[in-house]
Parts: sequence; C-alpha cells; structure tokens
Amino acid sequence: MLVGDIETTLTPDEMHYARQQLGREPNALEWAMIDAEWSEHCSYKSSKPIIEQLPTTGKRVLVGPGYDSGVVDIGDGYVLTFHIESHNHPSAIDPYGGAATGIGGVVRDILCMGTTPIALLDALKFGDIARSDHSKWLMKNVVRGIADYGNCIGVPTVAGEIEFDECFERNCLVDVACLGLGRKDELLLAQATHPGDSIYLVGGSTGRDGIHGVTFASRTLAVDTEKERSAIQIPDPFTKKLIIEATLEASQARILRGCKDLGGGGLTTGLSEIADKGGTGIQVYLDEIPIREPDMSPIEIMISESQERMLLVVVKGCEETLHRIMRKYGVSASCIGDVTSTDTISVKRSTETLASLPTGFLANAPIIDRNSRLPKPRKHEAEPKPPSDLENVLLHLLASPTIASKRWVFRQYDHEVGIRTIAKPGDADAAVLKLPNGKSAAIKVDGNARICDLDPYVGGASVLAECCRNVIAVGAEPVAWLDHCQFGDPNNEEIFWAFSQAVKGMADFARTMSLPCVGGKVSFYNQDEETGKAIKSSPVVTVLGLIERPEHVTKTSFKQDGEAIVAVGKTKRELGGSEYYHTLKLDGVRPPILDFEIERRTHTAVLDCIRNGLITACHDCSQGGFAVSLAEMTLAANRGVTADLRELPRDEMRDEELLFSQSNSRFILATNDPKQVLESISRHEIPAAAIGKVGGNSMKLTLPHGSLESGLDKMRAAYDDSLQRILEPWQN
Amino acid sequence: MKIAVIQFPGSNCDRDTVHVLREVLKLDTELVWHNEFQGNTFDAAVLPGGFSFGDHLRGGIIAAHSPATKAVIEMANEGKPVLGICNGFQILIEAGLLPGALLRNTSLKFVCKWMDLRIMSEKTAFTCALKKGSNMRMPIAHNEGRFFAEEETLNRLEAEDRVVLTYTGGNPTGTSRTIAAIANEDGNVVGMMPHPERSSEPELGGTDGLKIFESMMEWARC
Repeated sequence: MLVGDIETTLTPDEMHYARQQLGREPNALEWAMIDAEWSEHCSYKSSKPIIEQLPTTGKRVLVGPGYDSGVVDIGDGYVLTFHIESHNHPSAIDPYGGAATGIGGVVRDILCMGTTPIALLDALKFGDIARSDHSKWLMKNVVRGIADYGNCIGVPTVAGEIEFDECFERNCLVDVACLGLGRKDELLLAQATHPGDSIYLVGGSTGRDGIHGVTFASRTLAVDTEKERSAIQIPDPFTKKLIIEATLEASQARILRGCKDLGGGGLTTGLSEIADKGGTGIQVYLDEIPIREPDMSPIEIMISESQERMLLVVVKGCEETLHRIMRKYGVSASCIGDVTSTDTISVKRSTETLASLPTGFLANAPIIDRNSRLPKPRKHEAEPKPPSDLENVLLHLLASPTIASKRWVFRQYDHEVGIRTIAKPGDADAAVLKLPNGKSAAIKVDGNARICDLDPYVGGASVLAECCRNVIAVGAEPVAWLDHCQFGDPNNEEIFWAFSQAVKGMADFARTMSLPCVGGKVSFYNQDEETGKAIKSSPVVTVLGLIERPEHVTKTSFKQDGEAIVAVGKTKRELGGSEYYHTLKLDGVRPPILDFEIERRTHTAVLDCIRNGLITACHDCSQGGFAVSLAEMTLAANRGVTADLRELPRDEMRDEELLFSQSNSRFILATNDPKQVLESISRHEIPAAAIGKVGGNSMKLTLPHGSLESGLDKMRAAYDDSLQRILEPWQN
Repeated sequence: MKIAVIQFPGSNCDRDTVHVLREVLKLDTELVWHNEFQGNTFDAAVLPGGFSFGDHLRGGIIAAHSPATKAVIEMANEGKPVLGICNGFQILIEAGLLPGALLRNTSLKFVCKWMDLRIMSEKTAFTCALKKGSNMRMPIAHNEGRFFAEEETLNRLEAEDRVVLTYTGGNPTGTSRTIAAIANEDGNVVGMMPHPERSSEPELGGTDGLKIFESMMEWARC
C-alpha cells in the first residue's frame, strides 16, 4: 500500500489501527519503521496464534522462544544455545550471497546471547538437480556460499540434510542452524533494562544493501526478481570473525547489559525489540550512525539490513573499555543512542525529532486472525506393478540425490575446526560434539516435504519423530528442539490450514515426548508469483540431544564381522511419500502412520540398549526404507551382511514393499549380544528380531517371496559419487 | 620451553592449537595477539590455520608483511622451531621462509578430509621423533593448498630431504609430487597443510598429530 511516496506492505486495517493507536497520522519515516517491524518476517503476526500451542518449558530450558536463541542448561555451569534461520528469498536470487548471509544472521543470534558459536547445520531443498540446470546452479552456489562463509569464521558445519523435489525449482529453501556454547553466568539477553545505558552499533557500516529485506521476504517472489537485488545483503565473513571475537571479549569483560543482532528490519527492529523486552525507550541519534553512502535518507538508515552489525547495550561508565576492545580487533563502534525511561523509540537528527513511536506499539504488530480451509481429498492413485529387478530398484534409490552420499557437499565444509567434532558428516545419524563437562551434544536437522504434503499433521509429527530418532541413534537423549515452518502464501486458506496442522502435529508429538521447543522461525510466501505454485509444506526441525558418557557415542558403521543385526519396530505396508514411489512418479495417498506412544517407547528401548553398552552400530530406518538403511550401514563399514527379512516384524506384503516401505518407529542395530538386546527391547513392548549377521562382500537378503543380493562395490558406485556425477560430471 | 601461538585477525585454529599444546601436552604455551608478539621471549612459534586478514589479496600475504612475521623470521634465523599450519604455511611461503607457492586446489573447491600421509624426512624440528617412511593420519581443510614449485626447486627439496610429508592413497588437491609439508634448509622451519592439532585426541579420530609437536620438544632438547 502506498503512503505518500513510501511503498509499504501494510494492509488498510493495519494502517487504520496504527492511526488509531497513535491518534495522529504517522510521518513517512514512522510508516517505514512500522512497515519493517510489522512485516510477517519480524512480527509473526499470522503465525503467533498457531505457534503458541508448542510446548516450550522443561527442566533444562533457561530461555525459550521470543529471544534470539533458545538456551538449554547442560549442567556444571554450562549452557548450549541454538537457533535456526532461513534465507530462502535471497538465496533464490543470489544463492552464493544469500546462503552466506544466512549463516551470518544465525551466528549473530548465538553471539548475542554471550555464547560462542560451535557448530553449523544446514537443511537445503532444491528442485530436481538431475534435470534442472537452474537447480544445479542454485545448489552449487548455495553450498559454496555456506563453505566460504562458515569455513572463514571458523565454525564447523557438522551436519545437515538435503531434499530434492520439483516444487523447490523456483523457491529453494536454505536453512541454517547454529549451536552455541557458553557459561550460564555469562548469558546475555537482547534487552535494554537500565535507562542511562549507552546503545552502541558495532561492526560494519550501514549501507543500502538489504533495504526492504523483510518486506521482500514477506511476499512472494516477483517475476522480475533481478529488481530485488538491493534487498540482498553482502557477506563479509572476515568482519564477522572479528565481530565474534570482539563481542565475546566484551561480554566476558562484563560490560554489556544486553546484545542484539541486527538482521531483518535492521535498526528499527533491533531497537524496538530490546526496548520492548527491557520495558524502556531508546533515543537514537541518526548523525552518529556510520553510513557507507553519503546521501542515505533517514528511512534507508533505519531499515537497512546491512550485514555484520551488532547492537550492544553498554553499562553506563564502561564505554572506554568497549572502545579499547573494539580497537584491538579493528571493529568500529559508535554510540548511537541512550536507553531512556520514556517507553518511546525516538529518532533524532541534530536537534530535530524525526520519529517518535511508543515502544510497545512498534514492537507488537496487531495479530492477524487468518482463515483456514481443508483442501479437497487427494485422488486415489493406481498401485504400481511389482518391479522386475529388485537390485535395480535398490541401486536406483541409492543413487537418487535425496538418498545418495552427501560427500560432494560436506567435503567443502570445514567440519573439524574447533576440535569438537566426534561424529563427523557421514559417520552417524546426527553430529556429535565434545563438550567441556564430559558430556557430548548431538544435533540434527530434518524435514520431509513429501509426507507433509500428503498430511501436514502426521507429516509435522513424523519429521520431529525422525529427527529424534537420529539423535537417539547416536546415543543421546533429546532435550530440546526448534521448529521452522516454511510454507507458501498464508492468504491462501488451504496453505494456512496446512501450516496450522503441521504445527499441531509437531506440538502434539512434542508433548508426548515432553520435549520443549525453545525457538524457531516461520517463513511464508515461498511461492512463485509467475506460476502461482507454492512449495510443499516444509516444516524443518532441529533436535538437540545430550550424551552423558563418551562411550555411549554410537555410529552407523558395523565394527566387525559376526555382529548380529537386530531390526527394531514393525514394517507396515506404507509407501505414501516414499522415495520408492517418487522414483515411480507417484505421491501415494497417505503417509506412514505415527503412533506417538509406540514411537516414544521405541526411543527409550533403543537408548537403554545403547547406554547398557550392548550396541556397536545404530541407524534410523527412514528414507528409502529398510533395504536402503541397511545398505548405508554396510557401506559405512565396508562390510557385507546376510539377513533373512522373513524374520522381520512385519505385515504381509510384496517384497519391494517390505524393502522400501517407510514405516515410522524403526531402527537397525548391530550387537554382539542379540539375546540381551531382544530381551531388553521386549520389556518396552516393542517388536524386534535378530535377522542376520555382518560379513561378506555383499548385502544378501532372503525375502518372503524371493531374494535380493547386491555387491558392496556396486552399491558404493551408485551411492558415493552420485551427486558428483550430476553436478560436476567432468571431475573424476 | 615457551611456545607462542600467534593470533592474526581471522586466525581460526589458534585456540585449537593452544588447547592441544597446553591441555593435552602440558606445554608452556601462550596465545599472542599479533601486534603484541615479541619473538625474543619465546623458544618456538606456531602460525595457526585460518584466514588471516580474511585471505584478502591472497592467502597469508598480509600477515606475511606484519611486524609479527618479521619477529618470526628473526626467530627462524636464530634456529628456533617455527611451524606454519595451513594458513600458517601460506604465511611462511609469502614471508620467504619457505620456497614455492600454494595455489588453488585443482578441484576449485575447499577440501576437508582425513588423509594418509608418509613421513619423508626425519631431519626437521617437527618430525625428528618420527621414522622416515612411516605413515600417519591427519585431516586437511583448505581451498589453497596445492603446493607448486619449479622442477628444479622440487628436485632440490627432495635431494636435501626437505620434503617432510606426502599424501599417500590419492592426491586431494593436485599438489606437486603429492607434497603436503616442506622444511627450510636447516629443518627448523616447517610448513604443512594437514592439521596436527585436529589429530591429537583419540575421540576426534586419532593422535598422530601429537608426534609433530613432540618432535619440537625433542628438537629443543638436543
């Protein structure tokens, strides 16, 4: 909506509300500030009523949603912080810069809690890279952007997930999660509580990059996206590295009262949020803000999203110490304002007040009560015919980009820096990081757009369940999680319905597991304006787990020949949303069901076995089904396996259905003591069976109606270099 | 023996290296901010990995012209052990303490990978506790680690026992003659692309890297 010569995304209702609250017509600068702060991206005005149903409290939770990062108490005076951000819209236009600045943003979220970033994870979604050159280009540059930025700032990229589906062709999803470590008594919050404290802007100068970034992210991508280029920020990892060092040193010197990352909405959002949380006001002096270009208008300065900037609330009288620390690192620091007791955000240029808005009004956008509508039921699909050659199907699945080894990607990431990475990419179902108190952190991100598309409620819950299984598989107890909801245009009632259902599914499952959600993110408008096509519902979750003792760390790889294979959980005839169906260009009608109670008991049963030292290798059974998961274990160990799948706890079904069904609540374990493992698991009333042994050079499976054998070499050829063959066929 | 780990703006393996020297090997080690570095108060110096000065212009070149590196050159001339790891190797080359150049990997991509290495010389300050011809495992993580020198230089390095480590089982970066580490003529200055500090604790994948630092102790004793 146009106000004077300012283009805003505010609705007539919101503008009416603003005028009513203020009792006057806001000026152009004030409209621009309201527009930035009330954007969907910053205000969560559509999603707030829905995400409020997520459980957020737990015995380890120190800080839950609403701050820059969630904070989890890990004992002995230490805390872990974690947060997730997406940079979907920028990455769709400038994949290299978009992905890089996405890391910059989430790293600042960790930093402003006074904690050190110790790991990055990314969840990426692209179109069909085997067919689309555009998606190939996006993927290569997103990965290079993450590598160049993450490697330079010295934070290891330790895990992730990548999904490929045609629906992401024009709207790739680029999510980055960051884990931080700090001391409980050094925690900072993004709030300005004490009038008289100084507000400092440190780091980069303010330029025209990232202008209207949040309003850009709060609508669908236009046909002529090149015009949006000024909405994308410019990455500078070297400056970021210096800011990390300088901010942590200032935080440890105890001269900071609060700290806030400047991301979406720029200064406007940063200032209004720290004042609102602190119950104060802020007086900003526009002339003190270092600007990159001489003729920037007050509006541009107040909403610019230039990267590598932090807001620090400095304890009165400690300004000189701050300057000394910033000088050491060559980081510029300017006092741009004061904390006041006026409950007003006011912007001054010399003596003239350019804007003056009540803190609470600016920081809290009116909530939008959106309608939702149940979509029409799916058409029934014809059942596929049985394949003529099971081995071909297996090899095809192992080479499919979603399943194939992600080595091409993670080789480009420094996953070792920081010397904490115990389970490295490709080693295990989740990353494992050494902590200073003898425990280890396990962390993983997961999503599955295909099952969420079939049923967002079951899909949302299943994505969280799978991510928990990944964390359990490495020997960790899940302690907290983050949600991240990515959907199309929320004005579409069916999309808003899917969003509500996905959140409800995650919330219900999290309550069953007593697993608190400590933060998250909502990204709407992932939709192509030209075709009107939205992405499939894509909730992504990050689960953090704790491993009590180093000997509990469990990886995917078998240790020696002769180990017994134990299958945990029942395989049902559930192929909806499976990779197997996807290779046949089928969606299916229903996703695999998720029985929350069985899932919970399965987690306890497997974790008990691991903690009792019975398990030598563990893998969650998910994408690609039982056959693919078992094949991944053989490839990790370079040891074959012989197994009889007639023994598998299962329903009656065809062989290919048994091999590739993606039923929930299943694990594959290796053990030297199958008797005790089976006894232990049966106490939790979970089905399990010893089905075979490790050894040989192939995966040899006896099936109810036939058999399947595939050599390690053949499977490796399909699995290992599939991404390389697609992305860089000219490299060997 | 007092060891300095020099921290440039953009170094990112500095604390990892200090951790291993101080906590694992219990050596007297100090993390020194580059413009506070005084060579004469230390017996050995380590230039850690990372992206000093953001790798602007090219990897290592700005740090190579800093006062800190001038002090490192003096230490090297006095025969004190000087180790450059990854970006530190780039700095030593740019500073003229070691020959050749480190070019972009032939894959044009960053490579992070555990590698098998062979010890080619035991006449250096950082391999004197190791056996020539034996193997070790350490990870590499870099974009510009393809060692390059003219044939004549390569021949001389080999003839003078100054090729310190080579990759075995593949050449991850396209480096000349699979070279991963080289030394100066006296053997007290070594530059290496692999990260010994990342191979110093068993739960992280191995402890072969410790022998690099233990060699430095042995060198100082004789």
